[in-house]
Parts: sequence; structure tokens; C-alpha cells
Amino acid sequence: MTKNGNNANETIYKPGSQVIVDMLIEQGIEVMFGYLGGVVLPLFDKIYDAPIKFIIPRHEQGGCHMADAYARATGKTGVVIATSGPGATNLTTGLATAMMDSVPLVAITGQVRTSLIGNDAFQEADTTGITRPITKHNVIVKDPNDLAQTIREAFYIASTGRPGPVLIDIPVDMQIAECPIPPKREIELPGFRVRHKGHARQIAAATKAVNESKRPVLYVGGGCIISGASEALRAAAQKANIPVTTTLMALGAYDQNRPESLDMLGMHGSAYANFVMQEADLLISVGARFDDRVTGKLDTFAPHAKIVHIDLDASNIGKNVHVDIPVVGDAREVLEEMIESLEYKPRKEWFEQIAAWKAKHPFTYDRNADVIKPQYVIEEICRQTAGDAIICTGVGQHQMWSAQFYKYSKPRQFITSGGLGTMGFGLPAAIGAQLAYPDKIVVDIDGDSSFNMTLTELSTAVMYDLPIKVALLNNGFMGMVRQWQELFYGKRYSQSSLKNPDFAKVAEALGCVGITVDKKDQVAGAVEQMLAQTRPCVVDFRVDPEENVWPMVPAGKSLHEMDGLDIFEMA
Amino acid sequence: MKHILSALVLNKPGVLAHVAGMFAARAFNIDSLAVGRTDDPTLSRMTIVILGDDKVVEQVRKQLVKIVEVVKVQDFVGQDVVARDLMLLSVACTPEKRPEILALIEMFNGKVVDIGPKFVMVEVAGPESKIEAFIESCRPYGIKSIVRTGTVAMARQARTKSEE
Repeated sequence: MTKNGNNANETIYKPGSQVIVDMLIEQGIEVMFGYLGGVVLPLFDKIYDAPIKFIIPRHEQGGCHMADAYARATGKTGVVIATSGPGATNLTTGLATAMMDSVPLVAITGQVRTSLIGNDAFQEADTTGITRPITKHNVIVKDPNDLAQTIREAFYIASTGRPGPVLIDIPVDMQIAECPIPPKREIELPGFRVRHKGHARQIAAATKAVNESKRPVLYVGGGCIISGASEALRAAAQKANIPVTTTLMALGAYDQNRPESLDMLGMHGSAYANFVMQEADLLISVGARFDDRVTGKLDTFAPHAKIVHIDLDASNIGKNVHVDIPVVGDAREVLEEMIESLEYKPRKEWFEQIAAWKAKHPFTYDRNADVIKPQYVIEEICRQTAGDAIICTGVGQHQMWSAQFYKYSKPRQFITSGGLGTMGFGLPAAIGAQLAYPDKIVVDIDGDSSFNMTLTELSTAVMYDLPIKVALLNNGFMGMVRQWQELFYGKRYSQSSLKNPDFAKVAEALGCVGITVDKKDQVAGAVEQMLAQTRPCVVDFRVDPEENVWPMVPAGKSLHEMDGLDIFEMA
Repeated sequence: MKHILSALVLNKPGVLAHVAGMFAARAFNIDSLAVGRTDDPTLSRMTIVILGDDKVVEQVRKQLVKIVEVVKVQDFVGQDVVARDLMLLSVACTPEKRPEILALIEMFNGKVVDIGPKFVMVEVAGPESKIEAFIESCRPYGIKSIVRTGTVAMARQARTKSEE
């Protein structure tokens, strides 16, 4: 064997901080996010020379959301770094957000040196203890021999199976110690096995059920986007002639411009999707988890349907509803297995019924109003971007309208905090997505209250010349809770309105373009102006303050018992 | 219904915290928990007793399997298992009462492990029902203290990991 050949299998030693950087390069990381601090100084000294683009947010939470959105937009694993103590605790909202939506993320936190752990040292926090329930896995490195392999395993765990955030806590002495880099080998974790291929008998049973069904519906969740199943989904739905409804997390998995798309289902889903769920004789759930915002009252959910549940995470199956045909496996692989045996059925009556529901109850609003309706702003953005932009959101009414009135056609086009419902997610998410796709139009459709939480990150967008657009649907309220107070608390608007700053001026002060729009006839022009900007741009749309999101399945009601269907009659 | 789950886990720091944290976060109640090393020094065995209907226990089992350090989980329900608790019990006992109490200990196959002028400490092992019965039998004399291990269990004809 040549001398060079030997080198490939030799263990080399480097300072831990360099090992971390080497491992990130080995993983192919191109962009990472992070904030400096005392116990990560050795690491940042090595980052100084690393060929990885580094983004400094204004707050660790923002950095974590940016890494999260970068991962959602690309499918790659996001990386965020923070210091010990407050740096690590500031990551928690971001980690929990990524956990709930199954986003592959690796967080590296500094820790006080091992001899001080447990001593209440300066900026010490029990980071692994705090983040245990909001990470897929976490680990503290206390032996220099473990460092390199722990980082490799973290990336493997974060991105394999149902993805999620993995946190590695690295005491400062581990960053200084000489650590070995063992040769790269296949990762073996005895407690971590993933079965991608579904059971052949279960797949056959599922296929048979589809072929025998008269009123089937595909109920599609975020797992479909994660596994890259969109094409297989489109092929299956069209071959077997089945309507498709998606959860909030799966918008874009199916082209919403197609006639068999039922758009989003659930609490603020379309009336036609919810009616279809309640009338279907077969429900094929793909990568969805029967969340309470989707099912409404469980006892009366999809009462006539046999349920097929395809999910990679076995613990999702049978958790909320009884499943007739469980298939544990990757959404894409299972759908691809099914396609060949699927038969085309005309299902004429079923599609006629669906067309009638669609005609009677479309998503709509009062288009003749004098004030700016928030839905109109979104429709205008959709029209002017030809439905092709990457849309990020905060959480609340504007998020639901963004789901209802923008028509998505591609996976990873809609980036939102679904499970945790994290207000303030939109702006940092737009920054992460823009870094992933510098040439695409990225719009943060935000609410004023969500935007207020993280608007400091506008400085980050300015610093890195990211031409993100913020379309602020400013109603002066925490709109969604105001809607609930209106409907369920006798219009007692307790603590749900804010005195907002002049957002356009704030934007200008931070180096962005700021525009205020308070007249309906200015909306189209302002959107055009916003999309043309090469600098970060904030447009403050002063919208109808008391507009509601309709339809709505009130908490504890069945999916077909929607309120707000009558307002649709007027349009 | 009572279920005994037997989990093979990596013998590493933090694993117990992961498992216990999952139970707390998902509002599952642990009736008892016993942990010890196996014949393989890299693995530990956790025997977890939980009360709940089959649906809850199935969810517990699936969530346990998801923890990265948990290698394997078995639910012993419906299986022929040997389940044992170990208890140390200190009961008030004057010299006059000794013959009576020693006879009781004998009946339960217990072992006297410490004795003083006012008490006896007894070691009793066995199925939980026997342990409970012994406690009830001692109660009239005045129980001073009880320490129990929680259930450990093994399926009959179970093979150890190294035999598999």
C-alpha cells in the first residue's frame, strides 16, 4: 500500500475547534448561522478561516429560525451556533419550532469547561437538560475522543428518518483539547433504525382499498414534502383519479391550480376539503399526523371512511384516530410502490359533488369593501409573482390567509411554523430562504404583532444585502386572538391591541425601503414597487382591523360544522 | 391494566433522563422503574411498570423506541413472565412479639437482615402480590420503613442478548 493510501485510514489529531469546522465542511455545509460568546471563542477563531458563509443574526432565536427556514427551503440540514447560558436558552423557541415541524437542524452550543459544570458558573445553563424535550436528540461532549464522531452522528440523526433538531453541547475545554478525527465510516447506532420500505402486504392492502373505494380522498401532510414525495403523489392522484387536500405543512406538495386539488383542510381549511373528509369512504393519509387543528372533534371525524395511514414515524399511527390499514414507511417509497397497481376510476358522482361544493363555498371575502382587505393584498402578491414566490409567514390570521389566498404549486415554496405556531418566525425565515435561493422572490407575509417580535432581524437582511420583501398586513391587533375574543369572549378585546411604530420609518432607519399603504387603489402599485426592490423592503398595508378568517371550525366541533359559510353567499 | 415494559438501552449518561423526560412530557405515569447493567457492559436494562389501556401503552412503547439510545422495547403483556420485587421492611418488634413476627416472616420466605430491641428488618422478594400481602400482615405491628426496588421481569425461556 502506498503511503497516501495509508493516510486515508489514519486518525489525525487537531484542536477540537478545528475538528468541529472540519466536520461541518465534511458534511458539505455552505451557510451557517450563529452568535458569538465567551465559550465559543476558540470555535469562532477557526470559523474565521473556514470556507463557509457565516450569518450573524441579531438574536439567537432569529439565527435558529434562519437555519430552520434554510433547511425547509432546501431540504439540507441547517446549522446554528450559540454560546452557553443565554445563547443556548435563546435557541429554545427555534429548536421547538423545528422539532414540531420535523426540520433537520444541528445546533452547536458552547458550554463552560467540564470542570466547572454544575458549579453555577458564569453563563452556565443545563443546555441538554433544557433542550431534551424539544430536540430529536441531544448530547454533551465530555471526552475529546468522542467529538468528531458525535458531530457525524448528529447530522445523521437530524436528517435520517423523520428529521428533527439535534443539539451538541461542547464545553470550551473540548474545543481546545487535541481531538482525533477517525476515518469516516458508516454510522452505526444500535437504537436508531429507520425502515423506509413499507410492508409489502400493507401496501397491497392499501392499494386494494383505493381501487375499491368510491369516494376516496388523499389527505397529505408535511411528510410528503420532507420525503420528496410530491411527484409520486401527483402521479398517484392522477392515475387513480383521487382528490387531494393538504395540511398547512404540505401546501405546495400538490399543485393547487389543478381541479382535483381541494386546497387546505382543517380549522381554517376550505369548506369543500372539510366536506370531502366527512363524506369520504376512504381516507389515504400520507405523511400527516391527524393534528387537532385538522380533525376537529375526533368522535365525528371522517365518520364513513376507512383509514389508510402512511407514515415513517410509527408513533403517529393510531395516536389520535383508529387506523384500518397502517403502513410504516417513507411517503415517497410507499407511493411509488403503490402507483403501478392503482386503477383509474371515473368516480363521476364524487367529483360532481366536489365541484358543487367548490362552486358554492370558495374561499372569498368582500371584494367591494372600501378598506384594504388583507386577502386582497395576498391575491395581488400571488398574481404579480405568478404564484412562484417563496412565501414565509408569522403566525395568526395573516398565516391562514396566506394559506388560503396564495396558490402554491411547488413543494418547499411555503415556509411557516405549523406545529408550534411561533409568532416572529416570518422575517428570519425569509432571510434563511433568501440565502438558500438568492435569485428567487422571497416574501414574508406577516402580521404586525408577529413582525414586532423579531423585526430587529431587518438589520441582518441589510447587512447581507438580502432583497427580502415584508408584506405587513397591519390591523393593529393580535388578529387571531382578537377574532377568538370577538367570537367566544363577547368582543372583550383584552390586551390584544398594540400601539405600533411607524413600520415604514423603522424599516428606513434600519436601512430598508419602507412604504406605507392605506388606500385600496394603491395596493397593486405598492406590491409592484415592493417586488422590484433590490434592497430589503417593508410595505405596511393598513388593512381592515376587524376582518376575520373564514371558514372556521370552532374548537371541539366537527369538521363539517363550519362557521362563516354564510358570508360566502354574499360574494 | 398493568403492563411491564422491558427496555434495552445504551449504558450512557443521560439515558435515564431522556426516558424519564419523555414520560413526563407526554403525561404517562410510571408505576415503577428498575435499571441495571446487563451482561453486555454497553447496555442496561430498564424494567418499567405502567398502568394504562392498551392504546396508551402502545404509544408509550412507540415513543420509547424513538429515543435514540433505546435499542429495543418489549411489552410483556400476555406473556409468561417471571416478575419479582425486592423489599426491605422494618417493622416494630419488641422481644415479646418476636416469635409471632418471625413465624410470619417464615411464612413469606423472608429473611431477617437486622434486628434490635424494638425492630426487625426483613428482606422479602417475590411477585408484587406477595410483597403487598406481607406489608398488610406487618401493618398491625407498626411498619417503621419500607424500601422497594420496583419490578424486574424476564420472560420464561428468554435468551440473553449474547445468546441471540
